[in-house]
Amino acid sequence: MKKRAIPIYASRGDVAWFYTFRFICALVFLFLIFPIIIIIPLSFNQEPYFSFTSGMLSLDPDAYSYRWYWDILKNGMADPDASNGWWADMWNNAQWIRSIKNSFIVGIFATILATVLGTVAAIGLSSSHMPYKRIIMSLLISPMIIPLVITASGLFYSFSQVGLAKNYLGLILAHAVLGTPFVIITVTATLVGFDQSLTRASASLGAGPVRTFFRIQTPLILPGVISGALFAFITSFDEVVVVLQLADVRQRTIPRQMFSGIREQISPTILAVATILVILSIILLTIVELLRRRSERLRGISPE
Amino acid sequence: MNNFTEENFSSDGVSLKKKLRRSLFKSKMRAFFLVLPLLAFLAIFFVIPIINLLSQSFLDFRYATLMPGSTQALKDWDGKSFPTEEIAKAMVIDLIQAKKNKTIGKVATRVNRELSGTRSLFTKTARAANKMEAPYMEALIKKDKKWENLKTWQAIKISSMAVTPSYLLAAVDRKYTAEGEIIQQDENRRIHVTLFLRTIEISVIVTLATLLLGYPVAFLMASLPLRTSNLLLILVLLPFWTSLLVRTTAWIAMLQSSGVVNDLLVFLGVTADDARFSLIYNKTGTLIAMTHILLPFMILPIYSVMKTISPSFVMAAKSMGATNWTAFWRVYFPMTIPGVGAGAILVFILAIGYYITPALVGGQDGQMISNIIDFHMRSSLNWNLAAALGLVLLIFILFFFWLYDRFVGIDNMKLG
Amino acid sequence: MKLKNILIGAFVGAGLATSVTAGSITVVSWGGAYTKSQVEAYHKPWMTKTGHQVVSEDYNGGLAEVKAQVDAGNVTWDLVDVEKSDAVKGCDEGLLETIDHGSLPKGADGSVATSDFIDGALTECAVANIVWSTIFAYDKSKMSNGPKTIKDFFDTSKFPGKRGLRKSPKANLEMALAADGVAAGDVYKVLGTAAGVDRAFKKLDTIKDSVVWWEAGAQPPQLLADGEVAMTTAYNGRIFNAFAGEGKPFEIVWDAQVFDMDLWVIPKGAPNKDLAMDFLKFSTATEQLAGQASWISYGPARKSSAPLVASYHNKPSLKMGPHMPTAPENFKTAIANDFEFWADNGDELTERFNSWLAK
Repeated sequence: MKKRAIPIYASRGDVAWFYTFRFICALVFLFLIFPIIIIIPLSFNQEPYFSFTSGMLSLDPDAYSYRWYWDILKNGMADPDASNGWWADMWNNAQWIRSIKNSFIVGIFATILATVLGTVAAIGLSSSHMPYKRIIMSLLISPMIIPLVITASGLFYSFSQVGLAKNYLGLILAHAVLGTPFVIITVTATLVGFDQSLTRASASLGAGPVRTFFRIQTPLILPGVISGALFAFITSFDEVVVVLQLADVRQRTIPRQMFSGIREQISPTILAVATILVILSIILLTIVELLRRRSERLRGISPE
Repeated sequence: MNNFTEENFSSDGVSLKKKLRRSLFKSKMRAFFLVLPLLAFLAIFFVIPIINLLSQSFLDFRYATLMPGSTQALKDWDGKSFPTEEIAKAMVIDLIQAKKNKTIGKVATRVNRELSGTRSLFTKTARAANKMEAPYMEALIKKDKKWENLKTWQAIKISSMAVTPSYLLAAVDRKYTAEGEIIQQDENRRIHVTLFLRTIEISVIVTLATLLLGYPVAFLMASLPLRTSNLLLILVLLPFWTSLLVRTTAWIAMLQSSGVVNDLLVFLGVTADDARFSLIYNKTGTLIAMTHILLPFMILPIYSVMKTISPSFVMAAKSMGATNWTAFWRVYFPMTIPGVGAGAILVFILAIGYYITPALVGGQDGQMISNIIDFHMRSSLNWNLAAALGLVLLIFILFFFWLYDRFVGIDNMKLG
Repeated sequence: MKLKNILIGAFVGAGLATSVTAGSITVVSWGGAYTKSQVEAYHKPWMTKTGHQVVSEDYNGGLAEVKAQVDAGNVTWDLVDVEKSDAVKGCDEGLLETIDHGSLPKGADGSVATSDFIDGALTECAVANIVWSTIFAYDKSKMSNGPKTIKDFFDTSKFPGKRGLRKSPKANLEMALAADGVAAGDVYKVLGTAAGVDRAFKKLDTIKDSVVWWEAGAQPPQLLADGEVAMTTAYNGRIFNAFAGEGKPFEIVWDAQVFDMDLWVIPKGAPNKDLAMDFLKFSTATEQLAGQASWISYGPARKSSAPLVASYHNKPSLKMGPHMPTAPENFKTAIANDFEFWADNGDELTERFNSWLAK
């Protein structure tokens, strides 16, 4: 059934309000999206500025270049002009490449840790027999609520007493802590609609709890687990405050590198990195959206 | 399941009620054991470390451990009369030891926090301490006149207290005197109360701004057919998924004096080329960027509540003669309150602990309390003060977290 | 826990893959043109001579990172370039290794190290390499009749435009007092009193609204180049490099320059302490210090290096002498940074500075 946007009986005032309202909403959407989109053309600036040059505005091809994308690879290299061993030099010495490697190392291990611990806990939490549910839930969610500065300072202060500061392990543990609430939230969300009679049916057919878990629960909660893992990964991937305190220069991640870039030497290289990250977030967003729909379909909640 | 009676027995002769209770206990334990690994993980790598830091806001063993003799001697001193020779002797012995152990710098830093200028008094005196002879008080004064000053000894006495109110008081711009009084910090050194107030001010403004911008958008999405609204939802989710650093960078490109917004305003003739607006590196910049970054956190909860409200309520109200405004304000709006509350508290909690955006675009008057905590952690190295400020901030946040749990319920927290 | 073992295993693997080969030290300095001068004058010759690697890292000064590493028992820095007040503070707190002055090489003229280094260049835990200075500079092409004295820096009606200042009370308070008429020799005497501090902040108040604050040494030349400020305080070598290396039309005003030293220190427990010590001895020898001065206009810390300082490395016509902070022409109203004053009052003044900034 196609609904009319404006009913026939609407007064002239209603119509005027209808369009004004839509215009206001359009402005809000513009506010949300425009700043993110605008950095994409700016990252192709030929000049070392954060602003549009007159050449760019008149669409002069010479005003655009890939130089800042090359700079991502070259910055920090021992000899960016050498033809011999260029790739090895880039891989080992370029600052941005190092931060990309670090972001993935820390992000992936933190995600695995957070997802495993978070999923298991979420299954326990969603059981109706879980004692002290409310208080435990608040505790498990608190890494998301407590200001990052406090978490970072606390971890740095305590980790340095036990040799976990300024190395990868400490950073991974910290990011795993920050990621768990997201896993808990997404996995419990998929379990809320979970029909407990399915596990009973499975048990009555002779399957043990482990078998039930893998054959019945796993396929149903998998979308939630994956999107929880993605949330945990992006949390680690985007985190700076903990990295600022807990990481050494050798463990600098992408956002940390951006942070000092913005603070010290603004160059469009940051915009080039930002553009790549925007594309990455579009991909991640799409995956999460698809997973959410799949999960709803599996659980019989049709979106339409 | 409760309609089993006492007479029901299973084949092995055990009361079914007992069996049920046992099985209930078992599943309780099973649920609990599933949560246990994460609980233990968070306890070890999150809760204990934070408590460990926060305890530093009122504990400072540095002086007491490194200078045990003088700490003991100063315990009985009333803080008003001039210190005895015994205290001076203990001090000299401690200084010699601290110099030898290379801990004199730590001691000096501690006392210097109570009274500026005592750092070099300690390091200098310690260098000469092993040549000092009785009477020690005279020897100390001969080395530096400051030892004659009662204030110096009062500062040392305060430093020697392992449980100290100094840092928590400093976090609210107060200080503790040797006479046991609490007085306000000198006017030109007061900063934390101002920063706390500004943090609250910025958070409130950002919460209101996101509500003002977010509510209409959520309303629009809820009133559109699902296919269209899902498309619009992606426009909300994209910023949500985009790196905080990217969004902050984007606002720098937008708002700086040669940025997109100023260029546009100059082009439109709103302002002259040499009178561009200062939109960034100040409070305005912090407010704009934070509103943008936190807007999705407002829209999503409101939208998820609005989705569940049937349009027939408003239609019913209208059919009974309510104007559009009355129908909205008296019927629709009250039903969206849970979403508004959830969004508002969430945005407020997140805003109050913000660090990155104010640090990058805040300039001098856009700094928040998190920034000064980080400053004391990483620059001034006054970790005790950082802990004290953190404790005050945490108490504040936990209050709102509790509020959120009461009115919204943590289990209702959703993402996207 | 099995998982933990796997994790640790994975790290070791990841660590090995990215870590550098044995015989490598991490040298930390202030970045930009300054680090470049050290790389050219110290790192490269040392690497050629010994075959070891030098990994260069940047930082923005302060002891925070060193303290964090030492306290964490996980020191990754071998050698750090610090300001004098930090060298003294760090030594008192037991964060730094002590250095045996007798082991330092003799000067090229045969004088022993302790008499070859200028006054104050050797401390218990540190060896100075350069003398540098905080000055202010402007863009000649935008101001034909530029400022001449520190008074002009604080005079926004005569010289309109924004001012760049380091976000720290250091050097700012000294310059403010100098601009208020205090003689160079009396600056710290005045600053030692409450009234003097008030006076300095009052002077800063007069330009507060037009200040752009910077933190990293690389920022001021960029602020000038972008036209964000009309004049800015800066480290003299950075401005020198902008005009010598990049041809920027910047001019330094030497009035009321605040000069200080940079020193090498070895954090306590540095992983390659012996190599770091070897590098330290090598880099503070007469020839190396003189060599660095051909890359950046910072004065060498050895007297025996002075006669060897000639001209800019790729511009024989550009003599380095007149661009040094210690050149007699530049030195008339110079203020010597009082490290003890700052070690004592740094915390309180920074607190007050922050509170002043926040208002």
